[in-house]
Amino acid sequence: MKLKQKDLLGLEYLSKEEIELILQTAKPFKQLFTRTVKKVPTLRGKTVVLLFYEVSTRTRTSFELAAKRLSADTVNINVASSSVVKGESLIDTAKTIEALKADFVIIRHSMSGAAHIIAKTISASIINAGDGMHEHPTQGLLDMFTIMEKKGKIKGLNVAIIGDISHSRVAKSNIWGLNKLGANVFVIGPSTMIPMEVEKMNVEVHHDISKIIHKLDVINILRIQKERQEQHLFPTLEEYSELFGINSGKLSNAKKDLLILHPGPMNRGIEISSSIADSKNSVITEQVTNGVAVRMAVLYLLAGGDGGQGEIINS
Amino acid sequence: MKLLILNGIVCDPANKFNQKADVLVENGKIISVGKISKNKSNVKVIDAKGKIVVPGLIDIHTHLREPGREDEETIKSGTRAASMGGFTTVCAMANTQPVVDSVSGVKFILATAKQEGVINVFPVGAITKGSNGVELAEIGKMKGAGVIAISDDGRPVMNANIMRRALEYTKMLDLTLISHCEDTNLSANGEINEGYISTVLGLKGIPKQAEEIMVARDIALCELTGGRLHIAHISTRHSVELVREAKKRGINVTAETAPHYFSLTDEYVKETDYNTNTKMNPPLRTKEDVKAICEGLADGTINCIASDHAPHLAEEKEQEFKLAPFGIIGLETVLPLVITNLVNKKIISLNDAISKLTCNPAKALGLKKGSMSAGSDADITIIDLNKTKIIEKFESKCKNSPFIGMKLSGFATTTIVAGKVIVDGGQIVSD
Ligand SMILES: [Zn+2]
Ligand SMILES: [Zn+2]
Repeated sequence: MKLKQKDLLGLEYLSKEEIELILQTAKPFKQLFTRTVKKVPTLRGKTVVLLFYEVSTRTRTSFELAAKRLSADTVNINVASSSVVKGESLIDTAKTIEALKADFVIIRHSMSGAAHIIAKTISASIINAGDGMHEHPTQGLLDMFTIMEKKGKIKGLNVAIIGDISHSRVAKSNIWGLNKLGANVFVIGPSTMIPMEVEKMNVEVHHDISKIIHKLDVINILRIQKERQEQHLFPTLEEYSELFGINSGKLSNAKKDLLILHPGPMNRGIEISSSIADSKNSVITEQVTNGVAVRMAVLYLLAGGDGGQGEIINS
Repeated sequence: MKLLILNGIVCDPANKFNQKADVLVENGKIISVGKISKNKSNVKVIDAKGKIVVPGLIDIHTHLREPGREDEETIKSGTRAASMGGFTTVCAMANTQPVVDSVSGVKFILATAKQEGVINVFPVGAITKGSNGVELAEIGKMKGAGVIAISDDGRPVMNANIMRRALEYTKMLDLTLISHCEDTNLSANGEINEGYISTVLGLKGIPKQAEEIMVARDIALCELTGGRLHIAHISTRHSVELVREAKKRGINVTAETAPHYFSLTDEYVKETDYNTNTKMNPPLRTKEDVKAICEGLADGTINCIASDHAPHLAEEKEQEFKLAPFGIIGLETVLPLVITNLVNKKIISLNDAISKLTCNPAKALGLKKGSMSAGSDADITIIDLNKTKIIEKFESKCKNSPFIGMKLSGFATTTIVAGKVIVDGGQIVSD
């Protein structure tokens, strides 16, 4: 099986089978990390452009490492600091990248739909590394990979996403992906941060985690942006922390094997307490490792690979 | 200079006239409508067999962009586009650069239109200086110079007290105030209608209430002042209900919608994958709203259909959705969208459709236009209801239309202004 499109713009546009293919394919790549030489020649001669309009050391490093472990050449374009692209339109930038003969463009942008513009403009494979409030598909995939690894399945699990659902591309990608794989998805947050008609995405909305904590298998805690206070979305960080921050008190009724995810970077003491972040239930650091494996799988599959494990390891 | 239009079906809603008839024009005026003998000397004859002959269409809401943004549109290019769309009159909104908020601005529009325009241009003056919503513009002096209405369109008048005074003042001057209903605190940074689609696309939503609150407010102020209020580009179900209710109570309010609000929903933003030609203000709404707009058109709550022609350059629109400006062109697609999506689908009759493009806008603003009564200006549009075309080329300087690629029916073939043929056979013949 192969991926149907040249691009990965969001999990909304992938089928259940395609998502499963990516998760399956990530497994042998993760095994590779235990070797002394963590590199395969799969993408030798290919060029991966990392086009970042928003600073994100984490995601950029993860993608860069994924590309390098597949032996691709990488080019970083940080638009925020680049004078070349200053004031240039996204379409013109895309055309410039096309002229560089890039095979992959990994784009991070503060505006929704930016990855779609690039995908429509050039023939390289586009990977959306987060666009505005829309999607962050590889983060959704790595979250699902981590859940799958720890729980052995996704179907039937009760998964809650906690925080600013409105502005979170991580939440959107998780909702699409988890639903496709058969999880029951809950979103929990202040009513000012729950987007309109989100129930139509097949999620249950809650404002008090204590009411449902006993049945949850996974909680994915989103980072809170402090500047949302200025947009009148919550009164103070202290109040947010008291009502929606996750600490051991809030989890007293939780299942023993509750899995705790956070896309990072964390605001310790605000949306997550240190004791929870560092607890045995937390898989936050493993998410980082899994991110590289999942991104390798995505690059490999978009390059035309069919997920055959022998091919990956022996190539 | 005589002109004889033979064998057409004359549809003149102002005079409740709808039958096969000939039209005789002389010296820029309509002489008679009826059976006219062909044996006249020195007459230009137009055969309108199989076509509909209507009073020249009036666009109550056009952005011509001159002065200030002549790269997007000029009075010349905009009126040419209008003539191709079957319009003989456009009302030019005041939000040019600078804003038309003084006598000199009004004079500039009228003089340029006279020199370079191919159809009638009626200037709309601003309500407030610079359309800043702070101080009233010199509305009385602008009326003296020729404005036919006032509006800060593009922006609302957020201060209710200023809106009250504007309505009181225009009542004295017998002038209509056109309101752009938008609470900008609620709509701030918004990109599309707030709902499932904005959630899924991750675009900032504009709630319907941003419009409805202001429709309700302006109706209340209209009641308070007894002024004459015209609500621009109505787009939601509740707005339609508010206007319907106000009319029942005898409040002096009229309303317009634009073809996109009865033709498209916010789902089209998703279907077209963030195509910025679906970005307009107010935004495309939901199926429920489209249905209510159609009902409002059918029962007469919505009096007029306007283009809200808002040209923007390709490079302005070909950006991230958030960065792209609001607005689409419309002059050349209003008529086929009305015919295709309203008349052919039997939502309203052809007669009602024509009234919303002729006598109703004229009445809303008190213009002596929009009828084919003997002695009136010979502004006439001939429509071929069966002409079908794929939308692709425009006379406008800009191409920001979400309807590109769509197959529509019902186009103007001839446009006549004051007895002069501007468009014939679907082509501009006069410069
Ligand atoms: Zn407006
Ligand atoms: Zn307008």
